[in-house]
Formats: sequence, C-alpha cells, structure tokens
Amino acid sequence: MDAIVEVFPVLVKGVEITIKVLLASIVLGYLMAFIAGFCRLSNNIILRKITGFYVEVFRGTSLIVQLFWLYYALPILFGIEIGSDFWAGVLAISLNYGAYMSEIVRSSILSVAKGQTEAATALNMSRFQRMRLVIFPQAVRMMLPEFGNYLILMLKSTSLVSLIGMTDILYYGDILRSSDLSQAPTVYLLVLVFYFIIALPLIWLTKKMESASKKGVASQ
Amino acid sequence: MTEPIVMYKDVHKSFGDVSVLRGIDLDIKPGEKVAVIGPSGSGKTTIIRMLMTLEQPTSGSIIVDGKNLWQMEKGGQLVPANEKHLREVRGDIGMVFQHFNLFPHMTILENCMTAPVQVKKEDKATAKKHSIEMLEKVGLGDKLDNYPSQLSGGQKQRVAMARALVMRPKIMLFDEVTSALDPELVGEVLEVIRDIAKEGEMAMVLVTHEMDFALDVADRVLFLDNGVIAEQGPPSQVLEHSENERLQSFLHRFRK
Ligand SMILES: Nc1ncnc2c1ncn2[C@@H]1O[C@H](COP(=O)(O)OP(=O)(O)OP(=O)(O)O)[C@@H](O)[C@H]1O
Ligand SMILES: [Mg+2]
Repeated sequence: MDAIVEVFPVLVKGVEITIKVLLASIVLGYLMAFIAGFCRLSNNIILRKITGFYVEVFRGTSLIVQLFWLYYALPILFGIEIGSDFWAGVLAISLNYGAYMSEIVRSSILSVAKGQTEAATALNMSRFQRMRLVIFPQAVRMMLPEFGNYLILMLKSTSLVSLIGMTDILYYGDILRSSDLSQAPTVYLLVLVFYFIIALPLIWLTKKMESASKKGVASQ
Repeated sequence: MTEPIVMYKDVHKSFGDVSVLRGIDLDIKPGEKVAVIGPSGSGKTTIIRMLMTLEQPTSGSIIVDGKNLWQMEKGGQLVPANEKHLREVRGDIGMVFQHFNLFPHMTILENCMTAPVQVKKEDKATAKKHSIEMLEKVGLGDKLDNYPSQLSGGQKQRVAMARALVMRPKIMLFDEVTSALDPELVGEVLEVIRDIAKEGEMAMVLVTHEMDFALDVADRVLFLDNGVIAEQGPPSQVLEHSENERLQSFLHRFRK
C-alpha cells in the first residue's frame, strides 16, 4: 500500500503528456487518413502513386523506427528539424496510423454500392455533390467501428514517445523502476491501470460509433 | 412535325470485345411513351443508361433537346463531353432503377428534396412542398420521415419515382422497375406509372417485361434483338400482329 501511495503521484505527472500526445495524434491521424484516402481515389495518377508509396512505407515499417527517423535521423541527414520531441512523436504516430486508416477511408468509399452513384448522377448531381451528399455519409458509417478500434491502438502507441525522452506515464514508470527495481511490479501494475482508465472513454466511444454506424444504412 | 426530344444516331456500344448495340437509330418525340422489350442481354438497359450518361457510347451520337450529349464543341472541334457539359444536357432526364437505389441514410422526404435544393437550387420550403405533394401523389404522404429500410419494395419504388419526378424531367427512363418486386407489389407501381403517363407532357422510355402494361401505356414498342431495333411500331401491331419470328418466339415465352 505504501508503495502505491509513493508511485501514484509520480505516474500522474506523466498523464498530461500521454493525453496531449494522444489527442494531437488522433486529430492529425484522422486528418491524414482522409487526405491520403481521398488522394488514393483521385483521378490524378501521380497523386495516387505518391500516396500509395507513403501508405506502403508507413505500414511496412515499424512505428519505433519511424519515430527515431523523425526525431534523430531527419535532422542530421536532411537538416529537417521537427522542432520538438512532442511533434516528432505526434507526427510519427499520426503518419503511421493515418496510413492504416487511409485504407479504411478508401475501401469504405469504394464499397458504397455503385447504384448510389448512379442514382445521384440521374438526379444530375455533380461529382462533388455525389461524394458529399450520397457517398461520403454512407462511407463514414462504415468507417466508424474500425476508426474506434484504432483510437485504442493509438493510445497504446503513445507509450513509445518515452523512448525519445518524453515524460509520459511510461517514462515515469521506468524512472521509478530504475531507482528501485523491487518496486517494478507495483509500478507496472499501476501503469497498466493508468492506461486502462484512459482507454475507458475510448472504448465507450468505440461502442457509440459502432451503434451509430448501424443506424440508417440498413441494406435496401 | 415537332422536333424529337431525343435522337439516337447510329449508336454503337461494346463492352471490351463484346459488341452489345450495333447501330441504334431512334427518335423520341416530346411526351411520347416508348416501351422497349427484348430478350435478356439484348441491350435494353444499355440503351437507356447511355441516355442517362451512365454509360458512354462507343460511337454515334445522342441528341437531347437539340444538344449533343456525349460530345461538345471546343475550338471548332467536337471533343468528348466533360462533366460540366454532361450536367448541362442531362438536366432534363430522370431515371428509375430496377433496384430503386434510394439513399439509405436519408428519410423519404430527404431522398426527394435533396436534389431540387442542391442541384436546382430551389429554396427549401418550395422543394419540401413539392416533394410532399409528389409523395402524396404516389401514396406515401404518411411515410415522409421514414427511412427506406422501413418500406416495402413497392413503396421504395414509388419513392424512387417521386424522387425523379420532383426534378421535373422532360424524359423519364424506367429500367424494369417492377422486376425486383414481389408479384403482389407490381400492381401498385404500375398504377403510379400509368397515372404519370396519363398526364402526358413527359416523354417516357420503359424497359419492361410487362407486355400488357406496354400495350396499355406505350405509344410505340421497340423490340431489341441482336443489338439492333429489330421491330417497332404501335403496341398492338408489334405485340399482336408481327411477322418477325424471333419476336414471336420471344413473346410466346411470356404468354403461357
Ligand atoms: N458494365 C458492363 N461490362 C461488361 N458487359 C456489360 C456491362 N453492362 C452490360 N454488359 C453486357 O451487355 C449486354 C447487354 O446488357 P443489358 O444490361 O443492356 O441487357 P438487357 O437487355 O437490359 O438485359 P436484361 O433483360 O437481363 O436486363 C449483356 O450481355 C451484358 O452482359
Ligand atoms: Mg436490363
């Protein structure tokens, strides 16, 4: 019990960073997913190829390595400074998950029945109107459940930023453990609890998204 | 002689190596009701899809109200139409599909009023009023706030018709609009089409397997076979007094 009282306040100090990195990654990650997803559906072949390359690279390599590239390698190789460990972490996570989720965006849009586009065309809608009024609202409902799952995965990935020295929950956990190895079980138990508590609203949100997605798209 | 509202001029269509339509010439007068019959795969759907701009002809031209649908002039030359040109020309055409293709995320009312508001820029109140009137006309005035998934097939198809009609097209295309319906629901849909047809001012092209219906509603029947219009004329002549053997054997299969 003493140990918990000792460990708890230290770990709390990391919560802010974890949540900040998470929120920024969620926003940027979804943004990236939509941008890349739409680019891959574009008529412009160059745009399609470039985004295709981005998606394959970021899906085909590990997030830690991408993080180290952004934080350590890019500044030395190309003189590109991300500016802060925060943005390096957020960029790595959002580019990585954006790549995965862009596939969801793309496949959801493609899986809206062709008859929908045709009916919209028969009503003389423009390409943009067809997407905005007919295809996209249906595609989003298909994306929601999967997007929810990625929320939780993103939370888990935020712990990687401790590796570039960001003071998140795991970082403080490691500090505690290295100063007193015997505390390791307590420390990591609490670390688990912390992450789980942060995950709870995300799990709740995922459920919400799942049920929202079931409404209004019942098959014709 | 009134100018035709639609003219097909030597229209051909192939899918890859498969030649489906081989020279369609067809004039449709304003207000004329044309029924298209023919064996499965003869290209009935393809004919009207090209007019709706859902399928591009391989060669030939389609003229709608004096305007070339698939080609436009650019620097004194005819070039393939772009999206903008297609939108300008197809505004007078509406279509009802075999599988309804209602927008499942919109209510019945929204299904009807979205296009008038967004495409024709009608003000919302007017579009809503017209949509409700149209839905009442097809007998669905009590379903305005329902979603398509809550309707029967026949009701869905009637919504699809209301949705197309509120755009006030000069030409309406019907692609076997009853063939996805349970037999007991066919009647209510045909009834609505009959009512629309009686009003008269709109040209209609009806791809159908309902011969009695064609006989009743159409001014002219086309028999499509082997990629060409093999026979055409007034319904009674085509459906009852034709000498064409392929047509007779085709009709025979419908008259048990
Ligand atoms: N998008 C397509 N790609 C390839 N072939 C097609 C395509 N659309 C139609 N076809 C072919 O063209 C031919 C004519 O098709 P179409 O749908 O116009 O026939 P139909 O007369 O309407 O037949 P049905 O009575 O079965 O509806 C068929 O052989 C069909 O397989
Ligand atoms: Mg057909």
